[in-house]
Amino acid sequence: MSLVSTQQINPIQETIFNRSTVLFLTVLAFVSVFVVICNQFVPVGSALHIPTYTVTLLGKYLTFALLAVSIDLIWGYLGILSLGHGAFFALGGYAMGMYLMRQIGDRGVYGDPVLPDFMVFLNWDELPWFWHGFDMFGLSMLMVVLVPGLLAFLFGWLTFRSRVTGVYLSIITQALTYALMLAFYRNEMGFGGNNGLTDFKDILGFDLQSDATRLTLFLLSAIALALGYIACRYIVTSKLGRVALAIRDAESRTRFIGYKVENVKLWIWSFSAALAGIAGALYVPQVGIINPNEFSPLNSIEMVVWVALGGRATLYGAVIGAVVVNYAKTYFTGALPEVWLFALGGLFIVTTIFLPKGIAGLLSRKEQRA
Amino acid sequence: MSNLITDYVASIRNRNSVFEFIEPQDNPKLDVRKGCILYIEDVNVSFDGFKAINDLNLYVNDGELRCIIGPNGAGKTTMMDIITGKTKPDSGSVYFGQRIDLLNLSEPEIAQAGIGRKFQKPTVFEEQSVFSNLELAMAGKKKVLPLLLAKLSADELQGIEETLELIGLKEQRLLRAGALSHGQKQWLEIGMLIMQKPKLLLVDEPVAGMTHQEMDRTAELLISLEGKHSVVVVEHDMDFVRSIARTVTVLHQGSVLAEGTMDEVQANQEVREVYLGE
Repeated sequence: MSLVSTQQINPIQETIFNRSTVLFLTVLAFVSVFVVICNQFVPVGSALHIPTYTVTLLGKYLTFALLAVSIDLIWGYLGILSLGHGAFFALGGYAMGMYLMRQIGDRGVYGDPVLPDFMVFLNWDELPWFWHGFDMFGLSMLMVVLVPGLLAFLFGWLTFRSRVTGVYLSIITQALTYALMLAFYRNEMGFGGNNGLTDFKDILGFDLQSDATRLTLFLLSAIALALGYIACRYIVTSKLGRVALAIRDAESRTRFIGYKVENVKLWIWSFSAALAGIAGALYVPQVGIINPNEFSPLNSIEMVVWVALGGRATLYGAVIGAVVVNYAKTYFTGALPEVWLFALGGLFIVTTIFLPKGIAGLLSRKEQRA
Repeated sequence: MSNLITDYVASIRNRNSVFEFIEPQDNPKLDVRKGCILYIEDVNVSFDGFKAINDLNLYVNDGELRCIIGPNGAGKTTMMDIITGKTKPDSGSVYFGQRIDLLNLSEPEIAQAGIGRKFQKPTVFEEQSVFSNLELAMAGKKKVLPLLLAKLSADELQGIEETLELIGLKEQRLLRAGALSHGQKQWLEIGMLIMQKPKLLLVDEPVAGMTHQEMDRTAELLISLEGKHSVVVVEHDMDFVRSIARTVTVLHQGSVLAEGTMDEVQANQEVREVYLGE
């Protein structure tokens, strides 16, 4: 099933809805329905009851899975290792956070009808220009896609045109997210400084604390993951996807055939950033906070570990990696907080040595043997 | 709109040919009416004082299969580099047909104009199928959005199938290109060149590292291209050159030493001295 492990590849029969995609979508749909039933219709106290807290946790995993899919698209299929994808995720999150801040209105601690609390605290008397319009849901959602997408476009336009590739590009992406982190830490930037944006009340008038809203957000995350996954499948099964693979494996040869390598990279890269932005926008209302820590390079590296662990260039591997690592993180940080980083490091080493194709590689190997 | 009309009127007025659609769709500027597709005249190149190419004059006819031989350092690869725009000569002129001045064009522009080159070391897209490799190399739309929406037309499919037949990899069409043997990779690479529909193919050492059977197949392949494409082959292997060559050009110290059939060249006393080691 994975391109690497099979000798027989049929490009014409390679459809969007191949076996792994159908299986993935079925499992996703089944899990979503199961969670809804167990949350809504199984009585509290029953062993099968899923509390809303867990639903939100699962919703968070799903947004991480979408983020991992966006990373796999550029890393697994295009060969760009981004160590700064957390930046696009966080920017999408901030766009959503700004909308949620404006929704608080006069219910903040200082009761200002327009200004968010932190601005009142900083003695600002009017909204900075870039906060205007974020009281409108539609425009905010547009910004969720546009801000990360345009930043990625600008960044890609400058770097790909200068033919910056490989480890150099990775380092620059890391610098990008680090620079953004430092900028967002500053109060003068107008994004709440190191506290970030929090204390959200409602979204489109629905109370963020209510079970129904949280369940809806979970379902929206599942839908976004499904649609994002299908969109990525569409790209990788198109001729553009095959050109991307060609770029990944032999960039200058692809250029020699006559493809504008920079443009192919630029569009897929920008699309991936926009997808990461959407994941961030779904993440923020579920966890209730967005702060500059999301820009930290460490976060972005962790995201790459999800994809490496799950298996590159399969898409479903990225989903598996994101869910497995984050479940382990939730478990360890609860049970044995000091062990978590060692466990993550160990996991990464074991994967690199014993499972170079990740968990997905293990699955497809089993399948071939069967 | 008025522009379109005046253009159209102008195009009707100076019509040299009536049925344009029956002519091959080549670069409109490519003019081979004199029967010659490549003109290399008085070309000089020196690297740090070393004269790699020395007053080189070479003409290749349209549809011809030409072999170029010469000892190491004779300037064979440098000559290829000049034709494909990789190296700019110090002086001289290089024309593709009568009207396209190759010295004014960049590498991709030269490739677009219809000159394809196969390098010594084959580079195919190893993780993709033989079929995909040919599909990727196919001449056609190469912009992002058309690529995203691209569907293989019946004509394109047929073109790929024909090339698969030609290079003898029909059986392996769905095999990962990385799983091919060295010789098969070389053929695939030639196939990828053909998919780009070049008028002139430059082939650098196609049989290096091949078995005898593979060499025979390669010879058949190159001979079958003759007529439709002009082919220039640089090769060391004398048996191979003998098996395909109509005309052989011997390069020595950056200029043409002799030109003729294999027998004529081998009978030439100068060639025997510098190249055949007598």
